[in-house]
Amino acid sequence: MSSDSIFIYSDQFTRYHFGNNHPFNQIRVKLTFDLLSSIDALSPNQIVKPRIATDTELALIHDPNYIKAVKDAGSGILPEERALNYGLGTEDTPIFQGMHDASALLVGATLTAVDYVMGGKAPHALSLGGGLHHGFRGKASGFCIYNDSAVAIKYIQQHYNARILYVDTDAHHGDGVQWSFYDDPNVCTLSIHETGRYLFPGTGNVTERGSGKGYGYCFNIPVDAFTEDESWLHAYSTAFHEIVEYFRPDVILTQNGVDSHYYDPLTHLSATMKIYREIPKLAHKLAHEYCEGRWIAVGGGGYDIWRVVPRAWSFIWLEMTDQKQKGYGEIPEKWRRLWQEKAPITLPDTWDDPENLYPSIPRKLEITEKNANTVLNALYPIRNYRK
Amino acid sequence: MIIEEIMKHDIVTLKPGNTIEDAIELLHKHKIRHIPIINDSRKIVGIVSDRDIRDASPSILFNNEHSNYLETQLINIMTKNVITGSPLDFVEEAAAIFYEYKIGCLPVERDGKLIGIVTETDLLHTLVQLTGAHQPSSHIEIKVPNRTGMLAEVANIIKKRNVNITSVLVYPDKDERYKILVFRIQTMNPTGLIADLKAADYIIKFPDIPGGLT
Repeated sequence: MSSDSIFIYSDQFTRYHFGNNHPFNQIRVKLTFDLLSSIDALSPNQIVKPRIATDTELALIHDPNYIKAVKDAGSGILPEERALNYGLGTEDTPIFQGMHDASALLVGATLTAVDYVMGGKAPHALSLGGGLHHGFRGKASGFCIYNDSAVAIKYIQQHYNARILYVDTDAHHGDGVQWSFYDDPNVCTLSIHETGRYLFPGTGNVTERGSGKGYGYCFNIPVDAFTEDESWLHAYSTAFHEIVEYFRPDVILTQNGVDSHYYDPLTHLSATMKIYREIPKLAHKLAHEYCEGRWIAVGGGGYDIWRVVPRAWSFIWLEMTDQKQKGYGEIPEKWRRLWQEKAPITLPDTWDDPENLYPSIPRKLEITEKNANTVLNALYPIRNYRK
Repeated sequence: MIIEEIMKHDIVTLKPGNTIEDAIELLHKHKIRHIPIINDSRKIVGIVSDRDIRDASPSILFNNEHSNYLETQLINIMTKNVITGSPLDFVEEAAAIFYEYKIGCLPVERDGKLIGIVTETDLLHTLVQLTGAHQPSSHIEIKVPNRTGMLAEVANIIKKRNVNITSVLVYPDKDERYKILVFRIQTMNPTGLIADLKAADYIIKFPDIPGGLT
C-alpha cells in the first residue's frame, strides 16, 4: 500500500452551479485547494483527477427515469411540470445547462476515492466535491441532484463486499443516505445534525433506527439549536466510539458538511473551527483502530464559503496526511491576496477563530443536558445489547 | 381525508364461539391487539382486546388452578357494545372518537357488515402524513393577527419566492387575538423568505434568538 493519501480534484467541479445567488457554490473546493497549496500541503502526486460516474453506477441508487430527466433538464428539453415532479427547477435545485454531466462528475469523484482506498492504493482519500447527502432515488432535494455517498456505498458493497460505517456531521440530517440503506444491516449510518423541528429536512429523529433487518443500524442525534462546540463534540465522540465498536466496519465513509459554524447563514448551532479540527482527528484514529486505516472523506454543506469552508476542509486533508502543524497561526497572505478581491467579506487571517466569536448563549446548561440525553437515547440499543 | 382511505381491509376476526386460546394465538401471530368478533353474516357482535384476555387470565401467582380457562368461549369475555365507524367518516372525527372513548381501535362497518379496521397507529401515521413531517422540508411558524385573509397574505409572500408548500396548519395562539400559522416548505434555504416575512412585519418563530424561541 502506498503511504500517500489522495486528494480528488478537478477545476470542473464548479460546473455544478445553481447561479450566483444560490448558497451552494463549488468554488469552495477550489478555495480549499488553493489554501492547501499556499501552505505547501498538497504535492502533485497526491492529486488525482476524478472520473465521471456511468449511468449504470448512478442507477445503483437512482431511478433510470430520474437520470433521464436530469439529462433532459440539462439539455433544456424537460417540460416544467415533469421537472417539478423530480424536484428539478425548484429554488433549491434550479435547472442548469449540462447538469447531468456536472453531477455525474461529483459522483465519479467519490467513486475514484473509493477505488483508491478499497483497492489498497491509498490509505485515505478526500473527495470534497461529494457529500450530496440529500439526493433521493428519484428526486433532487436540498441542493443535491445525485447522491454520491449513497452510490459509493452501494458500489463498495458490490465491488468490495465490505461493511460500511457512514458518519454524517453536516448540520442537516443525512436523509438521502439514511433512507437508501434503512433496511440494510451491512451499512450503519450515523447522522449528527441540528434538530429538524425547524431546520430542513425535518427528519433525523432519534426514533429513526432502521427497519426490518436494518433495525439498529441507523443512528440519529438531533442536537438543539445553539449547541456550541463542547456539547457537539461530546455527542460526536461518544456516539462514534460506541458505534464503531458495536458495528466493526471494514471502511469508514465520513460526510464533512461544515455548516454548523456560527458564521453559517442557514443553521443555528454556533460551533467554531474547533470542531473541524476534532472531527477528522477522531475519524482518522478510529479508521486505523478498526478498518486498517480505510477512510474515505467527502464534502457536503457549508454556506459560509469564504471564512469557514476553506479552513475547515483543509483540516481534513492536514489530518489525513499528518501535516496538522501547517494549520496553525496565520493564514498565508498569498491566499488572501488571491481571493480577497472576489470575496464580499473579509477573509480570515488566522486558522482558528478569535476568542469570543459570538456573545455568550443563555440556557447553555439546559441545551447541553438535553443533547447529552439525546445521545443516551440514540445509543440505547447498543448499551442494551452490551449488557 | 376519510377513513376508507386509511383503513386496513385485511382483518383478522373470530366468531363468538372461538376460545381464548384461539384469540391468544392470533394476537401473537399477527402482532395485533384487537380482534373484532363477527357472526356468520359478518356483523360485528363484539371485540376482544389483549387487555380483555389478560383480565380473563388467572394470576401468575396461582399455579395450575384454572388451566382450563383457555377453553372459555369469547362470547363470555368480549365487549359487546362496540363503537364503530363509517368508511365516510373524516380522519379527524375518528381521532375524536378514539380520544373521547379512550379506545385503541375502530372497526368500520358498511351495511351492517365489517369492512375494515383503523388502529391508533394507523391514525398517528396519517396525522404525520397530514402534517407533512415525513417529507424534506423546512418548518416556519408565523404569528398573525386573528383576522380574515392573513393566511392568503402570507401564502402570497411564499408564492413570490417560488417555494412549494408541503403542508399548512393553523392553530390558535395562547393570546386569542393571534393565530399561529405553521408552514412546511420545500426548501433548504428559507432565509430569503424569512427576511421577506420580517420585512412585512410578521412575527416569525424560528431559532434566531439564542437560548429560546419566542
